[in-house]
Amino acid sequence: MSRYVKKDVPFELVEIDLKTADDGQLIEISGELGIGLNLTEMKLVQSYFSRKKRNPTDVELQTIGQTWSEHCYHKTFKGDISTPNEQIRSLFKTYIARATEELDPDWCISVFEDNAGIIDFEKNYAIAAKVETHNHPSAIEPFGGAATGTGGVIRDILAVWADPIACTDVLCFGPLDYDYSKLPAGTKHPKYVYSGVVAGIGSYGNNMGIPTVNGAINFDESYVGNVVVYCGCVGLLPKDKFVKDTRAGDVALLVGGETGRDGIHGVTFASAELTKESEEISRPAVQIANPIEEERVKRAINRLRDAGLGSAITDIGGGGISCGTGEMAERSNLGIHVYLEKIPLKYQGLAPWEIYVSESQERMLLSVSEKNLKKALEVFETENVKASPIGKFTTDGILKVTYKGQTVAELDIDFVFNPPKFVGTTDWQPPKLDEPTFPEPADLTKELWGMLSMPNIASKESVIRTYDHEVKGNTVLKPLQSKYGGPNDAAVLKPLPDSWKGVVISSGLNTNYGKIDPYWMAASSIDEAIRNNVAVGGRRIALLDNFTWGNPQKPDRLGSLVSACKACYDFAKGFQTPFISGKDSLYNESPIGPVTPTLLITAIGITPDVRKTVSMELKQPKNSIYMVGKTYPELGGSQYYQNKGILGNTVPKVRMAQAKNTMDQITKSIDNGYLRACHDLSEGGLAVAAAEMAFSSGYGIELDLNKVPRTEQMSRNDFVLFSESNSRFLVEVTQKRKTEFEALMKGVYCAEIGTVTNDEVMSVTGLDGKQVLHADIPELRRRWKSALGGK
Amino acid sequence: MKTQDVRVLVMRVGGTNCDAETQRAFTELGAQAQVLHFNEVIKNHSILDYNALVFPGGFSYGDYVRAGAIWATGTLTKLRKDLKEFVEQERPILGICNGFQVLVEAGLLPAFNGISEYPKATLATNIPIGYRCKWVYLKHENSGNCIFTKNIPKNKVMHIPVAHGEGRFLFAKENEKRYLQKLYDNDQLVFRYCTKDGDYPNGEFPVNPNGAFHDIAGICNPQGTVFGLMPHPERAFYGWQLPDWAKTEQAPTFGDGKLVFESMIDYLKKRF
Repeated sequence: MSRYVKKDVPFELVEIDLKTADDGQLIEISGELGIGLNLTEMKLVQSYFSRKKRNPTDVELQTIGQTWSEHCYHKTFKGDISTPNEQIRSLFKTYIARATEELDPDWCISVFEDNAGIIDFEKNYAIAAKVETHNHPSAIEPFGGAATGTGGVIRDILAVWADPIACTDVLCFGPLDYDYSKLPAGTKHPKYVYSGVVAGIGSYGNNMGIPTVNGAINFDESYVGNVVVYCGCVGLLPKDKFVKDTRAGDVALLVGGETGRDGIHGVTFASAELTKESEEISRPAVQIANPIEEERVKRAINRLRDAGLGSAITDIGGGGISCGTGEMAERSNLGIHVYLEKIPLKYQGLAPWEIYVSESQERMLLSVSEKNLKKALEVFETENVKASPIGKFTTDGILKVTYKGQTVAELDIDFVFNPPKFVGTTDWQPPKLDEPTFPEPADLTKELWGMLSMPNIASKESVIRTYDHEVKGNTVLKPLQSKYGGPNDAAVLKPLPDSWKGVVISSGLNTNYGKIDPYWMAASSIDEAIRNNVAVGGRRIALLDNFTWGNPQKPDRLGSLVSACKACYDFAKGFQTPFISGKDSLYNESPIGPVTPTLLITAIGITPDVRKTVSMELKQPKNSIYMVGKTYPELGGSQYYQNKGILGNTVPKVRMAQAKNTMDQITKSIDNGYLRACHDLSEGGLAVAAAEMAFSSGYGIELDLNKVPRTEQMSRNDFVLFSESNSRFLVEVTQKRKTEFEALMKGVYCAEIGTVTNDEVMSVTGLDGKQVLHADIPELRRRWKSALGGK
Repeated sequence: MKTQDVRVLVMRVGGTNCDAETQRAFTELGAQAQVLHFNEVIKNHSILDYNALVFPGGFSYGDYVRAGAIWATGTLTKLRKDLKEFVEQERPILGICNGFQVLVEAGLLPAFNGISEYPKATLATNIPIGYRCKWVYLKHENSGNCIFTKNIPKNKVMHIPVAHGEGRFLFAKENEKRYLQKLYDNDQLVFRYCTKDGDYPNGEFPVNPNGAFHDIAGICNPQGTVFGLMPHPERAFYGWQLPDWAKTEQAPTFGDGKLVFESMIDYLKKRF
């Protein structure tokens, strides 16, 4: 007899015989239903239903599967982990949240609790921020996957009653020139993925009228089988309008798009490795985007908020209505009764479980009191948004789902939201890597040429111009600076008409360093995100973490994850920059292996006066160029080595006290108006930063390497030019302000190393006093701009 | 009338997304500006209660047909009579980006002989193809007919951004010469894309960002009271919105876009 018993009802409903199932059969059931639960979890489910003295329905098992998925519940970050030296109870609490708790800044309003982190901004306004991953859907269907990633993170902002004001996107692809014959079966070529993802992100943000202002694109072989797509969104909300107070008797109002078969099992798919069958099996897991629908939803929700008509809100994302309804009931200690037949469908024929777990896009869930319901429905009607009362909140703590009068699920919410703990062990060994020995190249100009056209360094203009970064008219500092489209370090927005206060958005990503040491990779990403923010005038910085890792059940992957988390605590604490929100995406593995550990740090700062913002291009001949920060022989994982096919092992470190001091003095210099230009040193080090400042301006630059603050053992010109040591800036100061600036910078590594010239040439004097680099600025610009098809 | 009595209606539908900054441009200058959903206008309001009407930028109804076509049809179906009266009374109508597309689709531009039954021009897919967000230079071509640019000297070069995928202004090939002549004869040509020094690119990218015929960026009707343009003056209103404001020690207070809104308000003040 089959374990699946079709119930005698006029629609598709199946009861699953769990009672007699042995371990092997439990795993089979999990597999057959596609719910991705492991044996421990299935056994817990079995004992729950044996206590209930009945068998579960497919709706119930699907609901549990969705809610307990890694994607929805973040089991790994909440689990117990044994390392060779210690027992960690919850990575999240021990490292990520602890930094915030210990710093306890009074400007953090809501951290880690809601769909987005919320921090104070100006008067009655707060800023909400969230960054999401949408890797697996983008690997299968690049356009739809990336577009719905953007749509999803925008809904996270709407889900804290905020109005989205800016988007960010950080993308990691396989090399665009990857050999077709090496592509594993079922894997799409990076070029195809790249153009689809970029178009998807642009389409969603542009259509919704939200400027895409900050981002990065990174290329590495490990992303060939598993693209990484980070979509971020920042919103603005009036603090007194934030409400999260669902009461028993309130109506559950589903608003926005209709429900169809798109996005079935999106979260279980996101929580598994990609295989060559993924394309075929998981196609339905990819959602379909309709940004105009979400634009209308946004308008209606803003109006509802201003009129105070809702009592709570959440987005319908991963896990569909099954997760959204359960979560909203759970956080208010309530139960909910959902009437599935009231959910508007795209087409007929969906089974109840499909309706309940579908991840069709552009849907939000609100709780509305009976007395406000009529007015709320009117608002949605005016904005041409469908709104359907689909359920009612109850006092009994039970998630009850009925379909056409028949109960199809009845679960204790306590049970649904208490999955068994993840248990893992770590075993991470540092890779054995040698520092290369090769002679200093004779022609450093050619070296610089080569580096400027490396995909990770070259201009991303051909992508950035397809994103509207000006809509809303609040973008003070744009991703592309001035006439030549220079690479600004961060974006600055002025979201309030009657205040000069600005929001500063930047990011840090150093995937190559993670191949040497995930701890220093994480530290470097934090340093980079913060220094990008500081470089334009940002301060009071909040951080967001996004981990994209391989399978955490494999001890080496988990070990490197633990290392990165430790760095997050150490450096968030050290820089006094609390984490306010985050998201992890694990199981990023494909037939060619795991993605290289990829931690994105997003930094959200503020600036008291946007008019003091400093851009990166040189401003005026005869001004002095200073190097702030110290250079170490740290070329491990650098672009310079990568260009020679070498990884190396001298990964850049962060010297905490020195780093914080340097950043603080840069902020003071900006506030005092000393800096005419400021640019952070990152990929490609001093040489690339100096070249970028020059070719973005139309002026030239002269540098003397002997004057660069550095360790004594640095005796090679190429290493001084291309080392990627952290916490460094190149700044431009007028002759008039030099004395004041130098006085301020006492106690920080800082030296005048050159000047701005009038002659469109970059010229560098080497350690031995001879000229080691002489390059025409237009030639440098051309190589940097054209590598990825910019004009 | 006085500036503070000027009432501007900024209309929006699903997919409109430049209404707030357009409204801000008018309120900054002291006029009253209200943003209303098209549904509300039809239900509870009349456009004739306002002195000026603006179709802002965005992707109205998703622009799933030709850009602007759905909203144009909706507007004509519901507001044809009021709209005709509005134009005849020479109250100003401004269309920016998607709004320009709507005005062309609705036959309100170029409107050589009054509102035309069918579109006489089009804003086609960019060449090179694709959505593009960038700052361009525009040369003011109008000799005084267009009430939206009265305060701008002829031949002045202005710096304003574009952001669109369908902005290539075209006439049907067989009418090209004749219609262009009409634009000149009626003083309907307002902005053409140009270099920083005011030279015309003759269709060449990137100075002409979309391949528009005759480098046309904006035109008005023969009366000069209906005006559409692809670039976004509301994004070049303040000095801090400019792409190179940080170059100077003291950023300018305003950008070139302000002149358009100012001219329109000045017209209303004198005329009504």
